[in-house]
Amino acid sequence: MENIRNFSIIAHIDHGKSTLADRLIQFTGVCNERNFQDQMLDNMDIERERGITIKSNAISLPYRGKDGKEYIFNLIDTPGHVDFSYEVSRSLASCEGVLLLIDAAQGVQAQTLANLYLAMEHNLAIIPIINKIDLPSADINRVLEEIDSELGLDPDTHIKCSAKEGVGIEEILEAIVGRIPPPRGDAANPLAALIFDAKYDAYRGTIIHCRVFEGSVKAGDIIKFMYNGTTYKVEEVGHFLLTRTKREKLSAGDVGYIIAGVKTVADVRTGDTITLQDNPCVQPLPGFKEVKPVVFASIYPIASDDYQDLADSLEKYKLNDASFIYEKDSSAALGQGFRCGFLGLLHLDIVQERLEREFDLSIILSVPSVRYRFTLKDNKVIYVDNPTHYPDPSDIAKGEEPYIRAAMMLPERYLGAVMKLCMDKRGVNSNMTYTGPGRVELSYEMPLGEVIFDFYDRFKSVTQGYGSFDYDMIDYRESNLVLLDILVNGEKVDALSQIVHRDRARARALLACDRLKDEIPRQMYKIAIQGAIGGEIIARSTISAFRKDVTAKCYGGDITRKRKLLEKQKAGKKRMKMIGSVSIPQSAFLAVLKSDND
Amino acid sequence: MAFYKSCFSSFDTIYIGGGTPSLLSVQQIDNILKAVYHNFDIDRQAEITMEVNPGDVSPAYLQALRKLGINRLNIGIQSFDDTLLKFLGRRHTAQDAVVAINAARKTGFNNIGLDLIYGIHGQEINDWKQTLHKALSFSPEHLSCYQLSLDKKTPLYKQYKKEGLKMTEENQALDFFMTTSKVLTDTGYTHYEVSNFALNDSLRSRHNMKYWRHEPYLGMGPAAHSFTDRKRWWNKAAVKTYLKDISEGKNPVDKSEKLSIEQLALEALFLGMRTKDGINLADYKTRFGSDLLVEKERIIEALIRNKLVEVKNGCLCPTLAGMAVADSLALI
Repeated sequence: MENIRNFSIIAHIDHGKSTLADRLIQFTGVCNERNFQDQMLDNMDIERERGITIKSNAISLPYRGKDGKEYIFNLIDTPGHVDFSYEVSRSLASCEGVLLLIDAAQGVQAQTLANLYLAMEHNLAIIPIINKIDLPSADINRVLEEIDSELGLDPDTHIKCSAKEGVGIEEILEAIVGRIPPPRGDAANPLAALIFDAKYDAYRGTIIHCRVFEGSVKAGDIIKFMYNGTTYKVEEVGHFLLTRTKREKLSAGDVGYIIAGVKTVADVRTGDTITLQDNPCVQPLPGFKEVKPVVFASIYPIASDDYQDLADSLEKYKLNDASFIYEKDSSAALGQGFRCGFLGLLHLDIVQERLEREFDLSIILSVPSVRYRFTLKDNKVIYVDNPTHYPDPSDIAKGEEPYIRAAMMLPERYLGAVMKLCMDKRGVNSNMTYTGPGRVELSYEMPLGEVIFDFYDRFKSVTQGYGSFDYDMIDYRESNLVLLDILVNGEKVDALSQIVHRDRARARALLACDRLKDEIPRQMYKIAIQGAIGGEIIARSTISAFRKDVTAKCYGGDITRKRKLLEKQKAGKKRMKMIGSVSIPQSAFLAVLKSDND
Repeated sequence: MAFYKSCFSSFDTIYIGGGTPSLLSVQQIDNILKAVYHNFDIDRQAEITMEVNPGDVSPAYLQALRKLGINRLNIGIQSFDDTLLKFLGRRHTAQDAVVAINAARKTGFNNIGLDLIYGIHGQEINDWKQTLHKALSFSPEHLSCYQLSLDKKTPLYKQYKKEGLKMTEENQALDFFMTTSKVLTDTGYTHYEVSNFALNDSLRSRHNMKYWRHEPYLGMGPAAHSFTDRKRWWNKAAVKTYLKDISEGKNPVDKSEKLSIEQLALEALFLGMRTKDGINLADYKTRFGSDLLVEKERIIEALIRNKLVEVKNGCLCPTLAGMAVADSLALI
């Protein structure tokens, strides 16, 4: 155990986490040049393309230290987005130390801080690393100052590196040996292993990623999940080299995997503790929490024939994403579909993109909603995350919506613009501290419903990418809520209905009307788009009709040509949804959700 | 023609057109018609049309055509404005057009169709009205008024490109279309197809109606299309290979297609929506097994409400405004 080091790399998005992981992998020689590819730990195409980590990942790196001893480094890669902060916390709980990566040009950002706090909560050894020192805009002195003033760490403990150029890598490896403590624990104790992730494998079922704190586990053992008491017989244990590599057993201090015939990842809870059925540990490891989705939206197939395909695809997708939930839903306008719950908007984006990409589906997404709480006049309390289930307004005694505390870091010069944005989003109780010359940390309490509606894009835009953002759920607060409906030629499009604060309803309605006007192609007749609360129309726009499209001649030879053209157009129309007598393209549904200032 | 003796027996319309048949000598046309009569059974009352260019026809030529049995002339007037004719690259002048029409009348042709074009660069709506009135002064039995469309291969398209000329935009095109319809229907013509007008129902182009009703037709010559049952085929377009095949005793067919029921239905829709008579709903149901009024109820309701179609005498018919968007009506 003395030779094991379990650590993670934490960083703000784009500060070079995946590149540093790549260098460590290359340097320790676990993979040769031939099977190396960039962003080794980001397995999914979507991760590589977006440069973000969605799933946690782990790899064991053998390292011979300068002291001549052989070490095993277990690097646990964590997601880098606020939607996945619980996963991050479980990964960190599996470590004894972290490399805290800071971009030499950008300095400390909101996620740097958020992740640092998480690391501190787990009492992890922290090694600050200043990355990208090769950049012309690198400002190492400023970053050192920030490490001192903003992070409260000793700037002398930093290591400079350029993961891209491979500079400083050996120093980092030695620091891992010297400064991150070896795991504690006793292989003779009852088994206590923390699940930090689970992946689905078509042949083996669920691959449980875990960190063993106490005891040991081997093939043939009967393990028990402490969360729900289910038991499984272990088929295989092992650790992560480039691929899964079988081992005889996993013991206290190890990071590895367990295969035990668990059907889906939904049967496994990240953060749960695994123990042995016949020799259980007394209590589970701390920190378990059931993650609950906070953003909800319905997914419909564009062609109703594709409903079964969508159902099958969701089932397959769900195999590998335990935090994604869904149930049947139906819409008067869009037919059969599914109501889905997500950890946040990024998560929603990812699910949508993967459904379209990996399962080749054309889908329409309804306007995302948070979960509102209504107290009815008969004192019944109901939660509503689907505008279709909005209660009869005359029955509502009180409406409440979830609030978050947003933490933002930004250069002072953007302060005015960000404060304006936060106020636009009904932010209250602001708090501001100067964290360094020209830099501020700003916090606001805001309704989550506003934050999921294009806040992040606008925040990045007003801070020109220099601002960073993180949030925590706080509580439910009373709010004057209304149901905003969108009508297309008098027909309610329920997938576009939104629950909104009364003061914001008109602006939202106008925006939706404008967006739809831009996105719905002109048709043979005039199309009226209206926003309404109850029976009251509060916004409208009109799409004029096109009035001539016919071609002049259509005789013998023209007919085949014309038919082929119309067949093409007809195929294009299949990607649109007929609502009443109006064809609405998929893009229109998305456009309603997008920011109004781009 | 001998190839088709077995699948086509009789015809009641003949159309010599596509290209410029008036370049042919009387003798050549005679040969063609003789071959037709030799191979097929031709109705005594057949409509026999020939397309002619105003510059090509002398009184003697016209006289000869009549003797050959041609009883309908389609004259490619295009415009009565020399500037526009020149712009279009036509060989004839407005004066040639007047002379040709008068000569045809004098020869005794009592079924004359005039082809006109609108939407030409530089043409204002009033210029077009003048051309229409000039055409009407000859009381033609039939008028075809086409909006100028530019095939990418034509010299005119290249000219538009080179000079940065704009195609007629939608509202203006609609104005031309509506004005044409109004002027001609006010004068007593029936607007029976997007671009076609007849002085009375019996003077409609019987031949062209066949195209729009999926009736069988046989096309002879390079690139000519034929249709029967569910099959459509067309000849090779290059004159050289066409002639080579013929001389080797081969059928000069380029390609053929067998239409699926869906394809036929789509054609029936877009062809029907181009005509005043519209789509016979009972026929449509028999042919394609679908009741349009039931299956497209919502959209047809909206179309009726917006005065784009109407249901009359068991037919789904486009209104004038509907005819202008016939292509979209076909996609309901």
